[in-house]
Amino acid sequence: MRAIFLSLAAVLALGSAASANTLDSVRKNGFIRCGVSEGQPGFSNPDARGNWTGIDVDYCRAVAVAIFNDPNKVRFVPVSFAERFTALQAGQFDILSHNTTWTMDRDVAQGLEFIGTIFYDGQGFMVRKSLGVNSALKLDGATLCTQTGTTSELNAADFFRAHKLKYKILVYQKESEYIAAYDAGRCDAATTDRSGLAGDRLKLKNPADHILLPDTISKEPLGPAIRQGDQQWGDLCRWTLFALVNAEELGVSSKTADAMLNSTSPEVRRLLGKEGGFGAELGLTNDWAYRIIKRLGNYGEIYERGVGVNTPLKLPRGLNALWNKGGIMYAPPIR
Amino acid sequence: MVQQRARHAWWRDTKWQAVFYQALVLLALAAVFVWLGHNAVEALARRHVASGFAFLEKTAGFGISQTLIAYTEESSYGQAMWVGLVNTLLVSAVSIVLSTLIGFIVGIGRLSSNWLVAKLCTVYVETLRNIPLLLQVVFWYFGVLQTLPGPRDSLHLGEWIVLNNRGVYVPEVIFQPGSWFVVAALVVALTLSYGLNRWAHSVQLRTGHRPPVWWAIPLLVVGLPTIALYATQVPFALSWPQLAGFSYEGGLQINPELAGLTMALSIYTAAYIAEIVRAGLLSVARGQREAAEALGLKRGLSLRLVLVPQAMRVIIPPLASEYLSLTKNSSLAIAIGYPDLVAVFAGTVLNQTGQAIEILTLTMAIYLTLSLITSALMNLYNRAHALEGFA
Repeated sequence: MRAIFLSLAAVLALGSAASANTLDSVRKNGFIRCGVSEGQPGFSNPDARGNWTGIDVDYCRAVAVAIFNDPNKVRFVPVSFAERFTALQAGQFDILSHNTTWTMDRDVAQGLEFIGTIFYDGQGFMVRKSLGVNSALKLDGATLCTQTGTTSELNAADFFRAHKLKYKILVYQKESEYIAAYDAGRCDAATTDRSGLAGDRLKLKNPADHILLPDTISKEPLGPAIRQGDQQWGDLCRWTLFALVNAEELGVSSKTADAMLNSTSPEVRRLLGKEGGFGAELGLTNDWAYRIIKRLGNYGEIYERGVGVNTPLKLPRGLNALWNKGGIMYAPPIR
Repeated sequence: MVQQRARHAWWRDTKWQAVFYQALVLLALAAVFVWLGHNAVEALARRHVASGFAFLEKTAGFGISQTLIAYTEESSYGQAMWVGLVNTLLVSAVSIVLSTLIGFIVGIGRLSSNWLVAKLCTVYVETLRNIPLLLQVVFWYFGVLQTLPGPRDSLHLGEWIVLNNRGVYVPEVIFQPGSWFVVAALVVALTLSYGLNRWAHSVQLRTGHRPPVWWAIPLLVVGLPTIALYATQVPFALSWPQLAGFSYEGGLQINPELAGLTMALSIYTAAYIAEIVRAGLLSVARGQREAAEALGLKRGLSLRLVLVPQAMRVIIPPLASEYLSLTKNSSLAIAIGYPDLVAVFAGTVLNQTGQAIEILTLTMAIYLTLSLITSALMNLYNRAHALEGFA
């Protein structure tokens, strides 16, 4: 709440301060301010020493490399689900990279501009194995737990109404409270995005006693967002994301980036800044994408490092595989 | 004096000057608010954020776990606001009653001549008012109520009460057609008994003899409703809590969210009320107690007839502030998922619509109204009890 009032005050009093040119103010600050979750394994999660990891974090680092050639020129601002949009509006950070679902209302009526999709997700349910439930359709009369400020509340309501099932939903302010309530048995099922559930499951007393139901009840394209009305900043952020995806498609990774500088493929040469002046058009150097990939890897590497099958989350690529590998991850070409 | 004042021009008159400057300050303040409002509307428009109150009519689409008034997912955001408000009122009202009861007991207990009772009450006050309320809310909810067994291993207290981590379940009385007749009979019986008692009391005051009405009151209170029950062929039924599917259904359910919040609010506020009560009792001149003793009144009677009525004059004004804080503190509900006004309206609705300014303004206005109403009621009560000229 405190942040809401703070930001409200900011909106009221400052009015125009935050709507200036974001790239200029970022350059002047010397770092990017990146709004992230308060701890979502695989997406944005601080370790004991305060180092942030996850794909949402790596995306902000990629933008930092593009501008400052230094992945550490990012200041991470943890913010709750409920406060994230107001905080972005009030100028508390420059990019919101907070596993945020791209929806029409947020895009159109709440003054946000979504950059693209970094993770295709969908809402699911987690239940105790001992409940003997194997489908969301068998949750008639169940009590659900979720967190406030997400699309999950509405999706759950839609799903249960559409299937004429009875339900009760308890909404908690903090992730820790919602997990504690589910773990204590206050509710029969926890519901949020499947990727979130996979992370939440690890925080339970006995993760092995719980399963994710196979049902996916919604479309949740998660991605970074910025304030509406700053085209230049939007372009820079958007094409940073596209560069990561295009690099994977072209086989350019952190390991192969140097060797690929000698590639004869025109697409690779354009991506790495050997041909054309694409970086300059964004206000960057022409080797911007090369620098990002060299330091942080392409989309696939970031995915595997954050949430992939070798991480505790063990999420297979699924929908997030490239469009030519059975998924729907697709980026417009750099040309 | 009159002539002297007449010689001054009216703008030199201090009384007029005071009014003038106050009006000026008020105008300036109004101008600041108008400017802030205008600025906000402009800033929102520039950032392409919707503004205005039209959203209150839109469909809410989400569910609420405790609804005392009609609400479904198809209801409007405005209706969701009312649901939250009623939940706030419920938890505040119950907690105000409980905290007052506990507070009076502990406050009087601290002055007890019994060493153990006095020390226990001191420990109560010093412990509970020094632990932050949020911790107490979380403790009662997660530390106590959530450690109860699940629905399938529920505790049964006798045949009537079922207790588990989903709440307390008791059989619910279902009012069937004709039940209003029985209720009306009960109300009539109670009113008649009250009148009868008042009359007997006044006769006793006048003549020293109490008319023998003691038998009439139970006869009225039991008799009239019984006749009504018989005439309407018992229009009540009981709905029993039954294990169905995931949890218990039927009966009257008290959620652990409501119970936990009520416990924390009542127990915490009671510590403050106890101190107010103690201060009130100590403010009564010692001669009053001694006089009561000299008249031969026992301790209980002297408390009830002599000390507490006089102490109330000191107790009521700070008590009103405690009630106000309690109502506002109930917004900690959001920590444990109780759907109060802040959780539902300034939480979910704000997040779905993004209209922070409108929603927070409305929420603040509602809390202000609640506080002003509570204040006004307590002031009325205070006026009725205050000494002449001290109201």
